[in-house]
Amino acid sequence: MHYPRHEFPIKEMDFVRAGEASLQVKKILREMKAENDLVRRATIACYEAEINAVVYGRDGVMSLEVDDEGIYIYVEDKGDGIPDIEQAMMEGFSTATEEIREMGFGAGMGLPNIMKNADEFTISSAVGEGTRLKIIFRSGWTTEEA
Amino acid sequence: MIKSNSESGTSLRHVVKILNAEVLTGEEPLDQTVQHVECTDLMSQVLAFIKSGNLLLTGLTNIQVVNTADISGLIGVVFVRGRSPSKEVIAKAKEVGLPLFLTSYSMYEAAGHLYLNGLPGSTE
Ligand SMILES: Nc1ncnc2c1ncn2[C@@H]1O[C@H](COP(=O)(O)OP(=O)(O)OP(=O)(O)O)[C@@H](O)[C@H]1O
Ligand SMILES: [Mg+2]
Repeated sequence: MHYPRHEFPIKEMDFVRAGEASLQVKKILREMKAENDLVRRATIACYEAEINAVVYGRDGVMSLEVDDEGIYIYVEDKGDGIPDIEQAMMEGFSTATEEIREMGFGAGMGLPNIMKNADEFTISSAVGEGTRLKIIFRSGWTTEEA
Repeated sequence: MIKSNSESGTSLRHVVKILNAEVLTGEEPLDQTVQHVECTDLMSQVLAFIKSGNLLLTGLTNIQVVNTADISGLIGVVFVRGRSPSKEVIAKAKEVGLPLFLTSYSMYEAAGHLYLNGLPGSTE
């Protein structure tokens, strides 16, 4: 079975369109008849990653790949990067500005929530260059033809 | 303690009545049952802890509230203190089939009224 790869651009500080990439992923997973809980977990993780890319990244891209074994989501941005990933992963740690907090973000819960929802999560980052997330879902994933 | 409806939940229609709320999204079917209510202005808290099927009370009105509620599978969103979201936000909610409500009660008052009418929080 052939699965196409999808790419969605993410715009820096575009709070009106933020979330669109994740909603596209949701739509595609729905169309592939993924079960509800899996769609929810994947979309929540995508959305947290997308908001981070909007807020801290300087433009980014979300890509979706699927095969018989799982769902693979990559979120890359060209932002300032994360100096201390261990610290960033801690619940409650946030460098969000007042403007971002007023929008309802900046609780320092996004990255831990991605970790919680994903079956595999890796994050790599270089200061001054950007950040790359790899988020994988396997449990609950069955292809129709299987 | 009044717990009349906690087992069966309360319909959205009843919530509208309790909160004297305006239905911003128009002719939605309001028969779905609310099991639990959550109050927060933190979207990540919604995404991390709130179960699908819950009702959210919030003071924020931006479009990310609708996206967050949609992605989390919430049953509806109540905007408190009479602060209504923009037309664009309401249009987005209609598009995804998320009922939006507006009440003039504060978050505390709205929550209190719902609690007294038998709607428990999610830790109960
Ligand atoms: N793509 C990114 N580029 C640069 N820094 C990032 C990126 N993603 C996260 N960070 C850093 O890690 C911190 C923690 O991120 P996390 O998503 O957990 O919380 P938050 O975005 O601050 O708040 P919340 O997600 O709860 O709204 C951020 O405040 C930021 O400093
Ligand atoms: Mg975040």
